[in-house]
Amino acid sequence: MSTAAGTSMDTGEEIGAIATIRRGVHFSPELKDGIGWTLVLALIASIGQVIVPVAVQRTIDHGLNGPDGPDVAFTVEMGIAAALALAVTSFASYLMTSRLFTTSERGLATLRIKAFRHVHDLPLLTQNTERRGALVSRVTSDVDQVSQFLVYGGLLFVVSTGQVLVATIVMVIYSWQLALVVWVCFAPLFLSIRYFQRKLSDAYSVVRRQVGAMLSAISEPVVGAAVVRSYAVEDRTQARIDHAIDEYKTSSTSAQRFTVISFSLGGVSAGLANAGVLIVGVWLGFAGDITAGTVLAFAFLVSLFVGPVQMGTQILTDAQNAIASWRRVIGILDTPADLVDPGPDGATLPHEPVDVTFRDVTFAYPGGPPVLRDIDLEIAAGTRIAVVGETGSGKSTIAKLLTRLMDPTEGAVLLDGIDVRDIAQASMRRSVVLVPQEGFLFDDSIAANVRYGRLDATDEEIVAAADDLGLGDWLAGLPGGIATQVGQRGESMSAGERQLVALWRAQLADPDLLVLDEATSAVDPALEMRISRALERLMRGRTSVTIAHRLTTAEGADEVIVVDKGRIVQRGPHAVLAQQEGSVYAGLYASWVAQQAS
Amino acid sequence: MAKRRGTTSAGFAVLGVAIRREPLIFTLSTIGSVLFGALTVADAWVLGWATDHVVLPAFENGEIDSSLLWAVFALFLGVALLRAVGIVARRLGAGVMQYRMQAHTRRAVTRQYLSLPMEWHQRHPTGQLLSNANSDVEAAWGPIAPLPMAVGTVAMMVIAIVQMFLADVVMAVVGLLVFPAVVVANLFYQRYSSPLMTKAQQLRAELSEVAHESFDGAMVVKTLGRESEETERFAETAHRLRDVNMRAGRIRAAFDPTLAALPSLGVLVVLAVGVERVLGGATDAGDVVTVAYLLTIVAFPIRSIGWLLGEFPRSVVGFNRVRSVLRATGEMQYGDAPAVRSQAGARLAVEGLAYRYDPEQHLLEDVTFTVEPGRTVALVGATASGKSTLTNLMARLVDPAEGRILLDGTDLRDLARGELAQVVSVVAQTAFLFDDTVRDNVTLGADVSDEEVWAALRAAQADGFVAALPHGLDTQLGERGASLSGGQRQRISLARALVRKPRLLVLDDATSAVDPEVEARILEALRSGSHDSTLVVVAYRKATISLADEVVHLEDGRVADRGTHAELLARSPAYAHLVNAYEMRADVPAESSAEMQEAE
Ligand SMILES: Nc1ncnc2c1ncn2[C@@H]1O[C@H](COP(=O)(O)OP(=O)(O)O)[C@@H](O)[C@H]1O
Ligand SMILES: Nc1ncnc2c1ncn2[C@@H]1O[C@H](COP(=O)(O)OP(=O)(O)O)[C@@H](O)[C@H]1O
Ligand SMILES: [Mg+2]
Repeated sequence: MSTAAGTSMDTGEEIGAIATIRRGVHFSPELKDGIGWTLVLALIASIGQVIVPVAVQRTIDHGLNGPDGPDVAFTVEMGIAAALALAVTSFASYLMTSRLFTTSERGLATLRIKAFRHVHDLPLLTQNTERRGALVSRVTSDVDQVSQFLVYGGLLFVVSTGQVLVATIVMVIYSWQLALVVWVCFAPLFLSIRYFQRKLSDAYSVVRRQVGAMLSAISEPVVGAAVVRSYAVEDRTQARIDHAIDEYKTSSTSAQRFTVISFSLGGVSAGLANAGVLIVGVWLGFAGDITAGTVLAFAFLVSLFVGPVQMGTQILTDAQNAIASWRRVIGILDTPADLVDPGPDGATLPHEPVDVTFRDVTFAYPGGPPVLRDIDLEIAAGTRIAVVGETGSGKSTIAKLLTRLMDPTEGAVLLDGIDVRDIAQASMRRSVVLVPQEGFLFDDSIAANVRYGRLDATDEEIVAAADDLGLGDWLAGLPGGIATQVGQRGESMSAGERQLVALWRAQLADPDLLVLDEATSAVDPALEMRISRALERLMRGRTSVTIAHRLTTAEGADEVIVVDKGRIVQRGPHAVLAQQEGSVYAGLYASWVAQQAS
Repeated sequence: MAKRRGTTSAGFAVLGVAIRREPLIFTLSTIGSVLFGALTVADAWVLGWATDHVVLPAFENGEIDSSLLWAVFALFLGVALLRAVGIVARRLGAGVMQYRMQAHTRRAVTRQYLSLPMEWHQRHPTGQLLSNANSDVEAAWGPIAPLPMAVGTVAMMVIAIVQMFLADVVMAVVGLLVFPAVVVANLFYQRYSSPLMTKAQQLRAELSEVAHESFDGAMVVKTLGRESEETERFAETAHRLRDVNMRAGRIRAAFDPTLAALPSLGVLVVLAVGVERVLGGATDAGDVVTVAYLLTIVAFPIRSIGWLLGEFPRSVVGFNRVRSVLRATGEMQYGDAPAVRSQAGARLAVEGLAYRYDPEQHLLEDVTFTVEPGRTVALVGATASGKSTLTNLMARLVDPAEGRILLDGTDLRDLARGELAQVVSVVAQTAFLFDDTVRDNVTLGADVSDEEVWAALRAAQADGFVAALPHGLDTQLGERGASLSGGQRQRISLARALVRKPRLLVLDDATSAVDPEVEARILEALRSGSHDSTLVVVAYRKATISLADEVVHLEDGRVADRGTHAELLARSPAYAHLVNAYEMRADVPAESSAEMQEAE
């Protein structure tokens, strides 16, 4: 069986531009809504751009140089017709822009939410391969980039393309020869677009790397504020931040260079085209092919051609940045959620004590050596198990396999005889709860944090659960009671208090299998003993697995499992293991007793 | 009305800051932009000139002066090339100015992050501080990009207006009606979109806070199966942002075509008036073409003024958010006393110390004790009795409300900046590791040899597993040290303190995740260490406590008792209850399992 753990996050970098857009539209189907009508509107809106040049041409040819001299009535009538046409095309432009905003905002909100959800569906180890800040930026600023591009860039691109098309068509109608001249003058620009795109794509990938580096450098003094202060490493930290900020500035400036050069090429092409049209136009005039009005109208048409062409090339280069962001968002969705949830097809665990089986389980963290080897284990339903062993021996890894935060590299973990991979996640999470060592709390009240364990719990039930756990006295001592705010990550509470809340939350969830991974390591002995007695009572008739360094837990368990260097070396009741002279457990117990005797 | 004017003038004020900071680049790019604007107008002039002197004569007279044709060609091309130079100066200048301002501001903001006290940090969520340094800075300097272009446009408009007047006064006046119309349209746009932009910027920050916290707590979300609830929480904010953006979009959708249509309408009117005047002999066809063309070419750049003003609301919001960080006060005051450097342990005196988080409730009150050089004191107290807070006071992460802490007789507040850390190391209860190598996490940039690093790791019992890591000292540890077990993280953070050979070492329950055997070895190493550090340990385990020469028992924020472990055990029932709890299991047979009782 292949390892399910720890695919790293897909950067999306290998997806091409067109493929990115196709995948993007696939994830945000709203983008396609009514796209046909939007394009029709865009076409009508672009026609608005040629109204003025046509009016100019007709004024010169008929209004000014008409057979009977200047003709005011004609010019006014034509002006009114043109103004009406302008009103129609402007309205079309309004409709098109609103539609674009609506569909792209809808589509991107969907994409954002899907990506967010997918991050939570990814295996723990995959989540850990990417910095939190970078994950956040993938669902926030990266999506904003795409949205900016779609509504402004995308819009302008559609309109510009439409204008270039319309301008070309009108030019061809007036004089195909002059149209050809204009296109020839712009050919170098069109041919160089690909080159600049490649350059910019590279430049922006450097920029994005630097953004990531800069953000993580900036987060250092924020998340590590206490360490930075107590070790007075402000200067070093600032130097690192300054370096990252400068690198970002340098790489952005160098990306800017390419944009600027490609943009100024457009201006030169326009000058060439203007000159070319006049000269060729005059020659053609001699041949009697065209009129003065046509030549002059061309001057206007060229300016209508230049604007959108410059816009378009600009957008194509800006697009490199947006597409890169889009890739990063799609990259999340393309990262397989390795721990496949069988969903509704999966088995459901009944609400009663579960038994646990490890069958030949081997586990290695990605790229590392196996940290668990050939673990065979059976835990009967309703028993209390203590897991002990040196730090780093693999105890937490067992806990994570048991709760299916990871899947084994080899072998299988079974609950009630069913492979955990075949159990519906929803049922699994209902029945099995893990309390890790560092209790994470959300920036909210204690009540809200505890309720996270069971969403429909009333305040009374929450307080009752605290009393059950023996936390009543502590709770009474809190000035705000269960309304006390815990601060971000729970950091307005003492480390021990954070663990109490995490345990309380798990207790409220009413699991059939409770896994405690050093869940009370920061709590004082008197309170810890009170809790562990309460838990013994509360867990009666359920299965519990407790990892702890304080061997009182082992003394009180039905059975002790001793882990050493990734293997189970001993198992049995405390009294028996403690007698096995020279064993790992006897050693641990001796140290423990020696500590207590002091 | 007042509000809108507020935003516009505040927006200009923000730009003023940038211009004062980077006058040179701003001038350069503005010159580039003016050059560009002037040459764009020159284009119209060249066209008008070519119409009158080349095109129309050629068609009327049927003859052509090829030297004139070449002049036209040269003129067009020369103007275009110069204009390209203008573009490069304008855009590159704007870019450089924008990136420089971002960099200045980011440096200033992060300097604040480093110098503001811990209390300030605890009041500000991580997600918010990150967005202050990132997206708020970006928003604040957003208008720099269109700024030179807008300034250039103004110059271009002035030139265009002069040219129009030179061509024909009446047509010029008619054409100029376009400008006030554009201004009015802009005012309307500002008024309706500015509140929406502000709202959107707030929602973006909120969204990133929700995402940050949710991903931070991913493990809890997963273990309790709360993915759907979290997604709902995120979706709620995402949908609000979407709705605000859609509303802003509809306003934009109305504004853009209006702005584009106004100059076109102007051209149509100019044509009608122009023909009338040509008929009356007041002007000639070339002038009609010139004025019409001038209006067409300013039509597009006029929008850049709109873009500039359109950026203002976001910019002002971002700038204010950044400024609230830059103006935050409460920086710690330092004296200028040096800390005594010697091999001997430091003398610590805590005198009448009081501290409170909540103004109503004293956490610590009148805490007094001393630790003689080279001695060891254990701080013992129930969960949440204020032990960690006391260690934070010793590291001067916070300052006391009353009383003082003396190090070798000097108040910590009189020590010069950075001095305290030279002699005192505090190992926090929760180990924090940086996303960096093992070596950097231990040294934190201090100039120590690898031998010293290994020695410190050995004393912290971390040498074994570090040696087994794939790249040894150079192994990257991942965010918050994610690839290590809890006990391993604690030992690295212990080594970080030991490598400094501090004269005062403060350990806040720093071995809680370490198994008894390893802990015993760490304590052994600390005891037998060659360095005579003074040691303050927060501990629950008797083995650690018994290492101490004296125990300070904290209860309800006060020192309940002081003395040796044995003395306190003998005379204080509360103390005995606290530290002997593990031994009392045997006394409660009713709750022990059957096997246990047999074993006793
Ligand atoms: N995310 C991870 N990536 C790589 N290695 C890891 C990771 N988590 C733990 N390890 C390694 O696996 C081993 C066992 O860790 P763990 O199960 O946490 O130990 P314990 O809980 O017994 O202290 C340790 O050597 C640790 O360094
Ligand atoms: N940043 C903070 N803001 C508000 N209250 C805090 C903060 N830090 C700690 N406290 C409160 O102060 C009390 C003592 O905390 P602490 O010193 O960490 O206790 P100990 O280390 O003895 O367990 C606790 O009740 C805790 O809730
Ligand atoms: Mg503490």
